[in-house]
Amino acid sequence: MSEETTSSEDDITAIETPVYLTYNFTAGEATTRFLHQVRKGKVMGQRCPGCGNVYAPARGSCAACGLPTSEEVELGNKATVQSFTIVWIPIPNNPIQPPYIVANLVPDGANISFIHLMSECDNDSVHIGQRVEAVWKPEEEWDYAMDNIRYFRPLDEPDVPIEMIGKVPLSGWEGKA
Amino acid sequence: MKDIAIVSFAQSDCRRDAGACNEVELIMPVIEQAMQAVGLNNSQDVDFTCSGSCDYQQGAAFAFVMGVDALGAVPPIKESHVEMDAAWALYESMLKISMGQAESALIYGFGKSSPGELPTVLSQQLDPYYLAPLWVDSVSLAALQARVLLDRGLLSEQDMAAVVARSRANAKANNPHAQLAGDVSVEELLAESPWVAPLRKHDCCPISDGASAMVICTIEKARAWGKPYAVIRGIDHRMESHNIGARDLTRSVSTELAAAQAGVDRGPVEVAELYAPFSHQEIILSQALGLDDSTEINPSGGVLAGNLMMASGLSRIGEVATRIMSGDVRRGVAHATSGPCLQHNLVAVLEAA
Ligand SMILES: [Zn+2]
Repeated sequence: MSEETTSSEDDITAIETPVYLTYNFTAGEATTRFLHQVRKGKVMGQRCPGCGNVYAPARGSCAACGLPTSEEVELGNKATVQSFTIVWIPIPNNPIQPPYIVANLVPDGANISFIHLMSECDNDSVHIGQRVEAVWKPEEEWDYAMDNIRYFRPLDEPDVPIEMIGKVPLSGWEGKA
Repeated sequence: MKDIAIVSFAQSDCRRDAGACNEVELIMPVIEQAMQAVGLNNSQDVDFTCSGSCDYQQGAAFAFVMGVDALGAVPPIKESHVEMDAAWALYESMLKISMGQAESALIYGFGKSSPGELPTVLSQQLDPYYLAPLWVDSVSLAALQARVLLDRGLLSEQDMAAVVARSRANAKANNPHAQLAGDVSVEELLAESPWVAPLRKHDCCPISDGASAMVICTIEKARAWGKPYAVIRGIDHRMESHNIGARDLTRSVSTELAAAQAGVDRGPVEVAELYAPFSHQEIILSQALGLDDSTEINPSGGVLAGNLMMASGLSRIGEVATRIMSGDVRRGVAHATSGPCLQHNLVAVLEAA
């Protein structure tokens, strides 16, 4: 190839090489147990035999202790807001219209939060420590999915002080644990 | 590099499909076994933790981060990861110890290959301009290599079948974790039809899910712990070009270089565990390491009996270490590979204390 030919070509700055790989994703044994219970309308946690913390949904281990979490614990329908954010950006193909609330919620009886939606609330008055409860879809729509719970809505209960979030027992919170 | 002691090793069964198990559930049992063998609890009891895995295998982004959930990493630990076989996590850990930044380390590797199509997934490790867009799979590349060897008369199909027959027999005799084990004759194997010619299916390692783990430390620490240990006397790794056409596929130059640096020929090699995913590659590697009939090759059956991608290299080292710790042998060689057609190779020389 002569030098003129080379220099007259445009620089190639990118090429397209699409990658397409297919996988059969599996949830994990612990998550599988969790999803089977959610299918029946129950939120289950798993307790660490070391520190006693209850995780939901569990991944099969206590990340702090490195121990398998084999003991199943049923959790309450009520939860506490650990933190939250207000989403203003519409997400393509997401039927939920902004602004809406995404929150880290700790269910009663658990020590670690999971992420879910909040609704039936005044966005400006959502706050850390707020008490909420799950609003489930009709039973005939239940599947192996967390969106069997449509969202969480506020409860008329006293707030949980920050140092008590993640320590509310299954018996609930009436201003004290 | 200074001498370092291997004090324990554990490996899971090689299973074609570990089912619903996630990475944490694969890792936890082997870590527990490796740690308990030296009376340790979790990663808090070692100075450094390093893992090897590849997220492409299971198609789960940051699966290696999720794996940390198996460690008991609270309060925070010193931890690292290689997107490679855990044999290289061992190498990194040895550097850490040699630099004086740690006295002990936990190393683990895991692979869940069953969710994807592994040979196709591995095509994406090729160079991104010329080879990866062609989706050349790992079995086809190995078949090209075998073809070169056969056409040049450097080995025969009988030689390849003999490697497989010995692997299956050794796995049956010595390896409770093997996926493929049993008594098969060379004649029976050669009666099978080619799969990716000239390779028959049995010339290729199976695809396996599982994990392995190891604890290493300074010699002083191993003595203090008072457990049997094997010494890593030499280790080195070398890599060849990513351009398959620029390599001599009939030999493993990088293994030859690594073997010389690791000091393989400084003593008798009683046992060798070679990471040869394809039968003909065991012959290439034996030659590169200068091994003869006096060495028992792959007493575990090697990876033809079960291949935990990203843990198999560490397991080769663990297999040799286990035989030294039990007193069966005094000196052995372990080898790990990575990349197509033995592109990147690590050689370790292990000796009795
Ligand atoms: Zn715990």
